[in-house]
Amino acid sequence: MAWTHSQTPPVKGHLPVLLPLRSMPQGLPLQDRLFNVWTASILVLALAAALITPAFAQDATPGRSAFAILLEWTPTLAKGFGFNVLISILSMAIGTVLGVGLGILQVSPLRPVRQVAWVITQFFRNSPWLVLLFYCILLIPFQIEVFGTKIPFPGWVKAVIGLSLPVMAYMSEYMRGAILSIPTGQWESAESLGFSRGQTLREIILPQTIKRVLPSWMNLYAVLTMATPLVSIVGVNDVMALTRAALSAEGRVDLLIPMYLYILCWFFLYCYPISALTRWLERKYSVKL
Amino acid sequence: MDYSSILDWLWPDWFFNLAVVSDEYNRGRYLAGLWMTAKLAVVSIFFSLIIGAIGAAVQGAQSKTLRVLVGFFVAFFRNTPPLVQLYFFYFAIGTVLRITGDNGLPQPLIGNFGWAIISLSLFAGALNVEIFRAGIEAVPKSTVEAAEALGYTRLQIYTDIVLPLAVRISLPALGTNLVNLVKTTTLAYAIAVPELLYVSAQIWSEDLNVREMMNVLLISYVGLVAILVWVLHRWEKALRIPGYGR
Repeated sequence: MAWTHSQTPPVKGHLPVLLPLRSMPQGLPLQDRLFNVWTASILVLALAAALITPAFAQDATPGRSAFAILLEWTPTLAKGFGFNVLISILSMAIGTVLGVGLGILQVSPLRPVRQVAWVITQFFRNSPWLVLLFYCILLIPFQIEVFGTKIPFPGWVKAVIGLSLPVMAYMSEYMRGAILSIPTGQWESAESLGFSRGQTLREIILPQTIKRVLPSWMNLYAVLTMATPLVSIVGVNDVMALTRAALSAEGRVDLLIPMYLYILCWFFLYCYPISALTRWLERKYSVKL
Repeated sequence: MDYSSILDWLWPDWFFNLAVVSDEYNRGRYLAGLWMTAKLAVVSIFFSLIIGAIGAAVQGAQSKTLRVLVGFFVAFFRNTPPLVQLYFFYFAIGTVLRITGDNGLPQPLIGNFGWAIISLSLFAGALNVEIFRAGIEAVPKSTVEAAEALGYTRLQIYTDIVLPLAVRISLPALGTNLVNLVKTTTLAYAIAVPELLYVSAQIWSEDLNVREMMNVLLISYVGLVAILVWVLHRWEKALRIPGYGR
């Protein structure tokens, strides 16, 4: 479609230029009208139904519907999920405290301290969570005797310790990054005002790192929550262990897919808001280029 | 002062004792486990990269439907526990997906190794989609416009201009994710894939050498991750464009 000189209307002052595109109220292209979110979700549901039906067919006498069974087990599973949340919060608390300390040691002026902190961080950051969990479960004694009083260490406490180790390492790395991202001028001006190193850290540097660490910290919490079902492997009765117990108690093949999907949805509903908030914070704090 | 006792305390003989794998039988099992972990890691990395590239390409597509679908896939796999995903695939879908075998009994269509690969690839692939998409978005618009002005087609722009730059931009994040994937291969223990953790658990429950085996295991994993980090670092160096970044 070329606007040649001869086609332009003979109006005085009208130059042969490309005219702005006129926005025409146009319907959606056929492709989008046929394949939209609704048809897609119907397709997905149909696929899921097609997957599940053979399992239904295997079971001659289904008795109660899968939905009723899920509803029946919900209080038990909710307790298990609450336990998972408790484990994640405790591990996060321990890991954060240790990690902030280790992160500060990573920027220590003493070279050996720095190196040891770096090695610890890298070691725990690069070992698998499950192996660390096994390490703590099998090697921490089931009770410790301190001054004659016996402190018991049940499995879930050991699991909390095991999960807090990688959290500590990640947190340490985030803290190091955040502290190093504070301009050197801040350290120097604090020094010129007579602040000691500890005072500078506590009153000037650390408050500023909170804003930078917060998104990563929240993301770490979501990752940790998604790692809590691992404790079922080492024998703690969390939501995953309860789910498998429920499944074997019911002993129905058609229940497998709905039950696991149900648990997946629980975790999704818990973790998705956290990661959405994290993304929002990241956008808010990001440097505008 | 008794130095030897301090040394014993600092470095007890169980601390790092390779004798646990000097036994021929155990060494064979250990090496088989190491090989299985390496296979799991390499195959899953390969498929997760493919999923990531396809997903990122689709997220830049015109069709809103496809974008929403990929967005849903990424959100779901990123916000649910990988272990539950693995259980879902292996115990739920794997139980339903059966074919009649030669002996007339129903047999699983895909074995535990296959499900581990599928589950790990989807889990890491979902994050790779995000990483690649961020990399593609970070490519300057003017570069794309310049390519358009030079008469490149959409596909050519994607393969020749955007992708090479996006890969370089997303390499650090990709490295973190791949390291995570290698660490996540331990989950295959839960569905009895004979990988490193599984064989180590077998060895330590038979020989009752938990402490020795545990340390060997941890150091093996740190070594595996170190190899991957080294490869990625070399790759990053080789791909570096002079005058781009620092």
